[in-house]
Amino acid sequence: MLAAPPLAFVGLFFVFPVVSILLYGLAPGGVFDPAAIFDVLRRPFVLDIAWFTLWQAVVSTVLTVIVALPGAYVFARFDFPGRRLIGALAIVPFVLPTIVVAAAFLALLGPRSPLGLRLEHTIWAILLAHVFYNYAVVLRVVGGLWSQLDPRLEEQARMLGATRWQAFRTVALPLLRPAIASAAAIVFLFTFTSFGVILLLGGPRFATLEVEIYRQTAQLLDLRVAATLAILQLAALAALLFIYSRYQQRLAVRQRLVTRRLAARPVRTRAEAGFVIANLAFVGVLLGLPLAMLVERSMAVSGGYGLDNFIALFEGSARRALFVPPVEAIRNSLLFAAAATGICLPLGLLAAAVIAYRRGPLANLFDALLMLPLGTSAVIVGFGFLIALGRLPIDLRVSPLLIPIAHALVALPFIVRTTVPLMRSVDQRLRDAAAVLGASPPRAWRAIDLPIIGRAALIGASFAFAVSLGEFGATLFIVRPDAPTMPIAIFRLLSQPGALAFGQAMAMASVLMLVTAVSVLVFDRFRSESVGAI
Amino acid sequence: MISEVHRSLAGLLITAVLAACAAPGDEPTISPTAGPTAAPTTTASPAATEVVLMTHDSFAISDAVLGAFREQYGAEVRVLTAGDAGSMVNQAILTREAPLADVLFGVDSTFLSRALDADIFESYRPPAIDQVDPSLRLDNAQSRVTPIDYGDVCLNYDRSAFTADEPAPKLLEELTDTRYRGQLVVENPATSSPGLAFLLATVARFGEAGDYTWVDYWAGLRDNGVLAVSGWEEAYYEHFSGGAGEGDRPIVVSYATSPVAEVVFADPRPEEAPTGVVTDGCFRQIEFAGVLAGTRRAEIARRLVDFMLSPDFQADIPLNMFVFPVTDVELPADFVEHAAKVPGPISMDPAQIDANREGWIEEWTNVVIR
Repeated sequence: MLAAPPLAFVGLFFVFPVVSILLYGLAPGGVFDPAAIFDVLRRPFVLDIAWFTLWQAVVSTVLTVIVALPGAYVFARFDFPGRRLIGALAIVPFVLPTIVVAAAFLALLGPRSPLGLRLEHTIWAILLAHVFYNYAVVLRVVGGLWSQLDPRLEEQARMLGATRWQAFRTVALPLLRPAIASAAAIVFLFTFTSFGVILLLGGPRFATLEVEIYRQTAQLLDLRVAATLAILQLAALAALLFIYSRYQQRLAVRQRLVTRRLAARPVRTRAEAGFVIANLAFVGVLLGLPLAMLVERSMAVSGGYGLDNFIALFEGSARRALFVPPVEAIRNSLLFAAAATGICLPLGLLAAAVIAYRRGPLANLFDALLMLPLGTSAVIVGFGFLIALGRLPIDLRVSPLLIPIAHALVALPFIVRTTVPLMRSVDQRLRDAAAVLGASPPRAWRAIDLPIIGRAALIGASFAFAVSLGEFGATLFIVRPDAPTMPIAIFRLLSQPGALAFGQAMAMASVLMLVTAVSVLVFDRFRSESVGAI
Repeated sequence: MISEVHRSLAGLLITAVLAACAAPGDEPTISPTAGPTAAPTTTASPAATEVVLMTHDSFAISDAVLGAFREQYGAEVRVLTAGDAGSMVNQAILTREAPLADVLFGVDSTFLSRALDADIFESYRPPAIDQVDPSLRLDNAQSRVTPIDYGDVCLNYDRSAFTADEPAPKLLEELTDTRYRGQLVVENPATSSPGLAFLLATVARFGEAGDYTWVDYWAGLRDNGVLAVSGWEEAYYEHFSGGAGEGDRPIVVSYATSPVAEVVFADPRPEEAPTGVVTDGCFRQIEFAGVLAGTRRAEIARRLVDFMLSPDFQADIPLNMFVFPVTDVELPADFVEHAAKVPGPISMDPAQIDANREGWIEEWTNVVIR
């Protein structure tokens, strides 16, 4: 019953369109020809692309988790000045359109690298950009749980003679595993379907399944090959997700979560200070440097630095008419993001409740289904909308609502992923205690589960909002009315030659960064208030 | 139109909130959500108060010009954008049975054949077509599409990188010369429209048979250190050294009109454009508009095509889209002064392009990238 709304949503806006386009490609005359699939799969280039897609995603995921875990620890366990601000800024890369990130990375690692590094068109540029993008996923998903683990558990282990590392490995790590697996699953999905980073930083020598599906669909209109590759992509992800979801259930450990205030404490020793500073320095270089390059480029005007590009943005240009005033793009982006969050937050919470409380193979399947949109080619979903949604009684294909719907589809997994581990970790004894004390089940749920779910929901919502702000891939393949979002406006500015156009694109990217950081900060403020209310 | 978007979004927010409050299980999210916006798109208005134009992301025209259409015909032009030119054509083909729009603008010579084969257009011959140069009227016999603008894909060079003693190249052949070693950046024809145009130019120029084919030419470029990147933005801004570019290569595949933008979008405006154009080996891209088959507003759709050939619309094209109008309207002074005049642009039969595109790209990839 609870599962019905999210199921209906995903069914109508994901399964139906994707199945329609796959059938269109594989059964053109209404006759399904399985031989056609094998015919495509036998082509040598398919194996090459599939293998590259897999290994780069695995390496990117492992690297991101390794690199971001110490950061998650620092942000969860220590209180230091600027923690909230830096935590909010860390999510900014996650939402920047790849075209902007590529510009930042090429400025750092390209022909005029101030570091003297030439990494463009190498696998290193791809891996680095993937870590840059997904650092915040691990930081927030793992850090979210970590900040609520009772620190006394580790302290007890330390008192019993364990080293810091042993305490982490034997106490914290097992408790964190569900969150680490959650974060890794998201990072894997993102990097497995990487598109812009591969095209722009990897150059023409590298191709993932996603890149090839785009080429076959948008350029060549060979839907048979595209559909086959999409099935390959879906099958790989479905298998992975199923395994993941079973693993996740096995891992779930009931524990008492504490409020963040109890878990985070000021730095005590010199070694701790060193550790915190080292991590912040690392974040500064990895995330800060490319972002700083963007800001630098947005301020560069002929003969020095200035705010001219920003001023030009807000003046708008009479000459480029459909290019609406950039303020309009900011408003569009915020509205779409609010709508997308509004759609997917209730759906996501319902879905998470089903997954967390009803176990078994059906719940696993449901879980995997909700994750699939994240790992499905944007162009397949976009073109699927065209074929499928025209058959409905109400034609949604050209509705402006399609954009927040597509964003909600992408954001839904974030809400589910951040909420499920927290819901599962609620200590049953707390509920029992509430029942013994005479609370009715709904009341016990309100008192015990709701505050924790509320916190999780806010983490999820801030992700969903940010995802929608920066979403570009799915938007690009939806026929849309001329109400450009910030990423689309940046894209349009960048397709013009001329110093002003480039400067304004960079200025718009800086504004996007700012709006994202502010939105995340606002959500975080709510979050800490709700914690304080417990 | 923007406000309509906002209104429906507000409606959506409310429905979403209501849905969240409603009893679970009664599927509240879908049907009410669809209500507010879908209505205007499905109701065929008998008086045709609007006409829907489907186009690519680079489309731009002044509000005043679209306002003039509204004044003249009493119908609002609603613009839908659908990705790049290839993606747009493919979406129009997939929705042939239930078209999303009334008029399609922006199909170019490289995708024309596919669009015509899929039969997505109704024939319509606007009266003003006779003013258009016959060499641009590629579908003249059946009049399914009408040329609206054209532009040339040409090599651009950074003026500051060349001198009288070490001049910029004048012919395509010179680029395999060691003098220009490591200086050229091109776009991948598999993912970029100017990249494909330049590849087609080399195929037409050097041919497919004989001692020296286009494949040999590209092998020469490869040995001379050509760099291939995925898209125009990356090539122009990151690897090209001229104008707004920040790279270290002084020659790039761009457009004959790029120097105009380098002047118009610069502050302060330079006297002379910082970039120059190699007028040899330019590929002509023509953009067409057509009435989509199956439209329920064929009458107003035809008026929109007429309007696109009108002096108002044609004169507004250059500084919005940086291409040339097909009719004889006065060009902006910046265009007259800074756009390159291409004496003998290369063009190719759309059917030939469509039949060979994949094979040529495959061969190019083997020679240049692998």
